[in-house]
Amino acid sequence: MTQKLIVGSVGVTGLTTSYLLYQDSLTANAMTAAEHGLHPPAYGWSHNGMFDTFDHASIRRGYQVYKEVCAACHSLDRIAWRNLVGVSHSTSEAKAFAEELEYDDEPDDEGNPKKRPGKLADYIPAPYPNEQAARAANQGALPPDLSLIVKARHGGSDYIFSLLTGYPDDPPAGVVLPPGANYNPYFPGGSIAMGRVLFDGLVEYEDGTPATTSQMAKDVTTFLNWASEPDNDERKRWGLKALIVVSSLYLISIWVKRFKWQPIKNRKFRFDPPKKN
Amino acid sequence: MASLITQLFQRNSIYVATIFAGAFAFEGFFDAGVTAWFEHHNRGKLWKDIKGNYLEGGDEDDE
Repeated sequence: MTQKLIVGSVGVTGLTTSYLLYQDSLTANAMTAAEHGLHPPAYGWSHNGMFDTFDHASIRRGYQVYKEVCAACHSLDRIAWRNLVGVSHSTSEAKAFAEELEYDDEPDDEGNPKKRPGKLADYIPAPYPNEQAARAANQGALPPDLSLIVKARHGGSDYIFSLLTGYPDDPPAGVVLPPGANYNPYFPGGSIAMGRVLFDGLVEYEDGTPATTSQMAKDVTTFLNWASEPDNDERKRWGLKALIVVSSLYLISIWVKRFKWQPIKNRKFRFDPPKKN
Repeated sequence: MASLITQLFQRNSIYVATIFAGAFAFEGFFDAGVTAWFEHHNRGKLWKDIKGNYLEGGDEDDE
């Protein structure tokens, strides 16, 4: 009987293992660590904490980097000039930015298209009129819109920062890149169409911050993080209020429960049996 | 004190009105307190703290 049981269980185990190995052999997973991209380290962003707002001076510098560097190829479709007001620029500064540009106006009485200077409600214009133009100008690669890029990539801000600062001087030995591609270990697959764009001293900050590569990368990442999550500061302020109110109500509810149940839990029953005659 | 509470509970309209008014007053003070702490915690990072560095002579029209 015992022997039968042992033989039976060995048989079941063997069959199960064979079945699982066979199932596993049906699919091949070619993804290697390099194809996933190097995982970025976790950086200590000044807005990381539960109650920490963005560093708005950094957002302002980041806008300058976006405008002078990134905007040559990348659009920022979901940010209007008005969004900058009270965040990184004053109303008059944002108005001045918008008025430098021309936007489509209502056609005149004869139906001819007209142009007008921009206003606060206008959105930041894209560098290319459409996707085909963007691809044609970039060897077939489409520069992604940056409005939500921090939310749209694994690793968020850490990834963007690592990507911008992570271009090695030469690709490692043995890596073959398609023509026009650059090597970046943080980019999944390693072959990225965008080349290294940030070099020390590329922009000149108005507040005198030294424009090193990592400073510009940090500022533009903070700016893009704000573009992805403009609600961050208000959300954290409301979160603090909600935490205080909800935890107070929770503690009060515990107290009320104990208060109400105290006499019920503490009472004692006594049974006095009727006396037998 | 006891008479005040009796007064409060005597009429439902007064009871409910007191709760509403109390909530309104509480939110005002609570929000001011939380915001004060929050802005102190993040001082130097907020736009209202840094805008003086960029604007000459008080740009009045923010927000």
